Amino acid sequence: MLEVKDLHAYYGKSHILQGVTFDIGEGEIVSLLGRNGVGRSTTVKTIMGEVAPSGSIKFKGQEIAGKKAFEIAQLGIGYVPENRDIFPTLSVRQNLILGMKSTVSSGRWTIDSIFEMFPNLAERADVHGGVLSGGEQQMLCMCRTLMGDPELIMIDEPTEGLAPKVVAQVADLLQEIARRGVAILLVEQKLSIALKISRRVYVMGHGKIVYRGTPASLLEADAIRAEWLEV
Amino acid sequence: MLEIFIFATLNGIVTGLLLFMLASGLTLIFSMMGILNFAHASLYMLGAYFAYSVSIRLGFWSGLIIAPIIVGVLGALVERYGLRQVHKSGPVAELVFTFGLAFLIEEAIQFFWGRDTKNYQQPEILDFALFTLFGQEFSAYRGFMIFISVAIFIGLYYTLTKSRIGIIIQAAITHPHTVANLGHNVPLIFMCVFGAGSALAGLAGVIAGPVLTTFPGMSAVLGSIVFVIIVIGGLGSLAGAFIASLMIGLLQSYAIASNVGMPDLLNLLGISFERSHPLNDLWTITLPQIAPILPFLLLVLVLVFRPSGLLGKRE
Ligand SMILES: Nc1ncnc2c1ncn2[C@@H]1O[C@H](COP(=O)(O)OP(=O)(O)O)[C@@H](O)[C@H]1O
Ligand SMILES: [Mg+2]
Repeated sequence: MLEVKDLHAYYGKSHILQGVTFDIGEGEIVSLLGRNGVGRSTTVKTIMGEVAPSGSIKFKGQEIAGKKAFEIAQLGIGYVPENRDIFPTLSVRQNLILGMKSTVSSGRWTIDSIFEMFPNLAERADVHGGVLSGGEQQMLCMCRTLMGDPELIMIDEPTEGLAPKVVAQVADLLQEIARRGVAILLVEQKLSIALKISRRVYVMGHGKIVYRGTPASLLEADAIRAEWLEV
Repeated sequence: MLEIFIFATLNGIVTGLLLFMLASGLTLIFSMMGILNFAHASLYMLGAYFAYSVSIRLGFWSGLIIAPIIVGVLGALVERYGLRQVHKSGPVAELVFTFGLAFLIEEAIQFFWGRDTKNYQQPEILDFALFTLFGQEFSAYRGFMIFISVAIFIGLYYTLTKSRIGIIIQAAITHPHTVANLGHNVPLIFMCVFGAGSALAGLAGVIAGPVLTTFPGMSAVLGSIVFVIIVIGGLGSLAGAFIASLMIGLLQSYAIASNVGMPDLLNLLGISFERSHPLNDLWTITLPQIAPILPFLLLVLVLVFRPSGLLGKRE
């Protein structure tokens, strides 16, 4: 579904991504793990076309490196950035409408089905997004991207700063997304939910993939965890 | 007295709504692109001239529809092939570009239509008195101007706040990247908003042409006032622009209708001056005389006491 080969990216003169290679299969949950500052966010931003790429990024066999962000989204990649950019002055419902790519939602997700899954969003359908709690904002942000019916969704640190109960809710939603056949690239720093729900994991260090495996194999690879993940 | 007040109010509303038709597009474009489009009033003038040319061949009503569309398309093309390229060179270049465009349009109008005033007429079926009050007539055409403006604003308000495209526009103004990530073509949206704002300016020209006369200086008459309005209202605030438009429309209208001036004030205070006094001009000034500078006076006051404008957000 997504094949990234020898991806390089720069911020000014600093060489941030130094040959990143990985892939995601259809309907798969894949985690991209690593410490702060190793380039995980830059990787997803580069795939999304927000940072200029060099190298190859293929989505469903089509080269997307060099395309604009809106074109990449139109092709079926959803992106939930780490800053939870909900629109504070738009209502919850309007935030969801914003995610739709056409006037009618014809895909896997509709506003009604999302309100069914999240009664607390339904209750606040007409209040401004700015008054939601951090966890609700994260849910709204993910649901907004789902309204565009992506086939692959890239989610950057969705559990950052959330209470354990809300983290469990996020994990549930991720599994529901995967059940409906949407592939997930989950960017995380903590291993907790990533190891629980992922089929495969990649560990990133200093702009490169330093480990690839499964949750089980990573649990056994003590040296890798000590060198690249634990603080 | 009452009749003067009522008519001054009605005329003030007509002017205010017309001003808002220009100011709304200008302020929308400003909040999207962060630049003041100095050619905005030139597009207004262009609307009047196109409507004039269409109206002498196909009649007023065709002009009312066709002219704003032409101006809107022109505006969209200016954004797509002009501003978007110039944008890469920074805000000063953009400003200079819109200045240049304003001159270009003005010169083009004089080249194609000449310097003289055009005989652009209101349609005959609106050439009657809508009502007569205290022996004074209020023309149906002015009623029509109010009707068109109000209809446009209800449509605009509804589109911007309730429709999906309006939601996308609002979000694209503050978070263009996030909106692009959701699959919306932000540059295309900006081009369309620029085109719609231009079309509104054109429409203002179409309906103002017959009453404010269609001549090469008509953009200068309203142009500077429209800038005053969006600054007074608060840059980027549509509601502020609406309030400021009506305020200035009414203020000017009352000033013109009032028959008071310095002599009355001085009489009241019991002061009198010889006609030969060196400042005689100042002592005999009247309110109608200073009506044209009132908007600028208001601008100075607002900038001193509330620099962000009436409803503007503080930076
Ligand atoms: N906008 C930027 N400009 C310059 N450097 C940046 C920018 N964003 C991130 N960086 C740098 O790029 C590196 C990778 O950042 P990032 O991809 O955000 O890491 P991660 O998401 O893994 O924490 C860091 O060293 C960071 O300082
Ligand atoms: Mg990050």
